[in-house]
Amino acid sequence: MKITREDVLYVAELAHLELTEAEVDLYRNQLDSILTYIEKLKELDVENVEPMAQVLFDASAPSGNAPPLAGDLNPALRDDVLRPCTVGEAILSGAPDASKNYFRVPKVIDR
Amino acid sequence: MSAANVWTIGSVRAALDVKKISARELADDFYSRIKNRNPELNAFLALSPERAYAQADKIDALRGQGQAHLPLAGVPVAIKDVISTSGVRTTCGSRILENYVPPYDATAVERLENAGAVILGKTNCDEFAMGSSNENSAYGPVVNPCAPGRVPGGSSGGSAAAVASGLAVAALGTDTGGSIRQPGACCGIPAMMGSYGRVSRYGLIAFASSLDRIGPLTTTVRDTATMLQVIAGRDKNDSTSAAAPVPAYSEEMEKPVTGIRLGIPKQYFGAGMDPEVRRKVEAGIDLLKRLGCQLVELQMPHTDYAIATYYIIATAEASSNLARFDGVRYGLRVPGATLREMYKKTRGRGFGAEVKRRIMLGTYALSSGYYGAYYLRAQKVRALIARDFSEAFQRVDAIVTPTAPTPAFKLGEKMQDPLQMYLADIYTVTGSLAGIPGISVPCGKTVEGLPVGMQILGPHFSESRVLQLAYAFEGAGGFSI
Repeated sequence: MKITREDVLYVAELAHLELTEAEVDLYRNQLDSILTYIEKLKELDVENVEPMAQVLFDASAPSGNAPPLAGDLNPALRDDVLRPCTVGEAILSGAPDASKNYFRVPKVIDR
Repeated sequence: MSAANVWTIGSVRAALDVKKISARELADDFYSRIKNRNPELNAFLALSPERAYAQADKIDALRGQGQAHLPLAGVPVAIKDVISTSGVRTTCGSRILENYVPPYDATAVERLENAGAVILGKTNCDEFAMGSSNENSAYGPVVNPCAPGRVPGGSSGGSAAAVASGLAVAALGTDTGGSIRQPGACCGIPAMMGSYGRVSRYGLIAFASSLDRIGPLTTTVRDTATMLQVIAGRDKNDSTSAAAPVPAYSEEMEKPVTGIRLGIPKQYFGAGMDPEVRRKVEAGIDLLKRLGCQLVELQMPHTDYAIATYYIIATAEASSNLARFDGVRYGLRVPGATLREMYKKTRGRGFGAEVKRRIMLGTYALSSGYYGAYYLRAQKVRALIARDFSEAFQRVDAIVTPTAPTPAFKLGEKMQDPLQMYLADIYTVTGSLAGIPGISVPCGKTVEGLPVGMQILGPHFSESRVLQLAYAFEGAGGFSI
C-alpha cells in the first residue's frame, strides 16, 4: 500500500478535517486505490507540454499565454471603483456567532 | 411520464395566451404535483411558494395589461441547490449548510426571473455536486422517476427527476464532470452545458472553478435553447464569463443538418460499455447519417486518461474552494477549545463521506512533494485532452458519443466503491476538461425500459450547432429510437 496511516493523518491535518478511526482506515484504503488508478498518468510523456490553467486559451498553442481562442472572448478587467455593499446585515444574521460587525471565534491571541 | 403531465415552455405560453390558465393556477398545479410525488422521489429539498406566487401574480398582472411576452412568462422552474437563491435556503445537499439562506441571487436565477420564470424551489443533488448518483446528498437519495429502485444520475439528480416527472417544466443544473448530462441521460430528457464561460457562475457555490458550469434540463430541445438563451451571456460579476455574443439559438437550431461532419471517436465505444447502450447510440448515429450528416471515424488517444486527470484537477480545486466552510461565517459550527479545533470538528462533522474523500485527495495532490507528480502532470494531460478535441474539430463539426457507459444503475450499487462511481463519468469528463459545449439527448430505452443518452459535443461557443443536431435528432424521432 502506498498510502500510510501517517499520510492520511497528515493530509487531514492540512485540510482541517477531524476524522474518526474508522474514517482513517477507510480513506487510507480508498485513497490508495484511487491514487493507484491515477498512476496511469505516468504512462504519458508530458515533458514538453504546457500545463492548461485557463480554459479560454488555446491549449494547442506552444505557450500557455497564447491569445484567446476567437475574437474578444477574454473579458476585460473591471474598473477598480467602490460599490456599496448592502448585504452586510443579512450575512451577519446568517453567521453562527456574530456580534455587531464581527464574526466571533475562539480566542486566537494570548495576552 | 404521461402526455397529460407534460408542459413545455411553448405550451405554457399558449395556455396563458388563450387564458386557459393563469400563472398562479399553473404554479398551484405544480405545487400539488410536487406534494403528491415528492415524498416518493425526494427531488425537491426546499420550496419557495412565497416567491413563486409573487412572481406568478406579477406575470398575470402584466398579461392583463397586454404587456409584451417575456420568453419564460409563468414557466415553473426548479433550481439545483448549489445555486444561490436570495431568501431561499440553499444547502448544497450538505449538513454544513443546513440553515444557510443566501442574501443574493445567482445571475442565472436573476435572469430566469427577469424573463418571467416562476421559481418553485430547490432540487436535491449530491453534496456540493460531488457524485454521479445523487446518493451523496445529506438529505437522502433521489429516486429515478423512470425506474424505481434506480438512481437518477448525479449530481443534478433532483433537477433531472423533477423535470422528467413533470414537477417542473425546466430546471437548472450544474455540470463539472457530467453532472447535467449524465442525469439527463438516466432520466430520459435533454440536458445541456454550454461552453465554459457561456453562462455566468456568479452565485454558484463553487466545486471546481475551472470546470463548473450552469445549464438547463428540459423535456424538449426547443426548451433547452430557450433556457440557454435566457441565462447565457457576459456578466460583470463573473470575470470568466465570455463576452462572445449569444446567437438566437431557437432560430439557429432550425437550420438543416445536411453535410455536417460528425466525428465518431473510437475510444468512446470500447470495453466497459453496456451492449444495449452501444446498440441504441449506434442506431442514433445511423439516424443522424440518414438526416444527411457525414460520419468521420476519429482517434482521440488521450480519452483513457480523462478520469484520472479530472479527479486530480477537480479535487484539487475543491480542496481550495471548500476551505471557506470553517464554521466562522455561515452554516454549521461545532464548538472547539481553539480556533483550529473548531475548524476541524465543524468540517469533520459537517461534510459527508464523498466530500471529505475528495478534499483529502485534492489536498494530497497539492501537498508539498506531490504537486509535480499529480496536479502539474494532470494539468499537462488536460492540455493533451483539449488538444485531442481541437485537432478533431479541424476535421469534424461535432462529435457524437454515448453520454454514459450504462443506463441508470441500482441505488446502492456503487456506493462502496468510489472508483467505480467515478467511472460513470468516463464519457463526460473529457468535454468538461476541454471547456466545450455538450448536450445529452434521449436515445431510446433498453429492453427493461431504462433511458439511454447520446452526447453531442462541439467546439467552443458552437452551442447553436450542438442544438441544431439535437433538434434534428428529436424531430426525426431519435428520442424514442
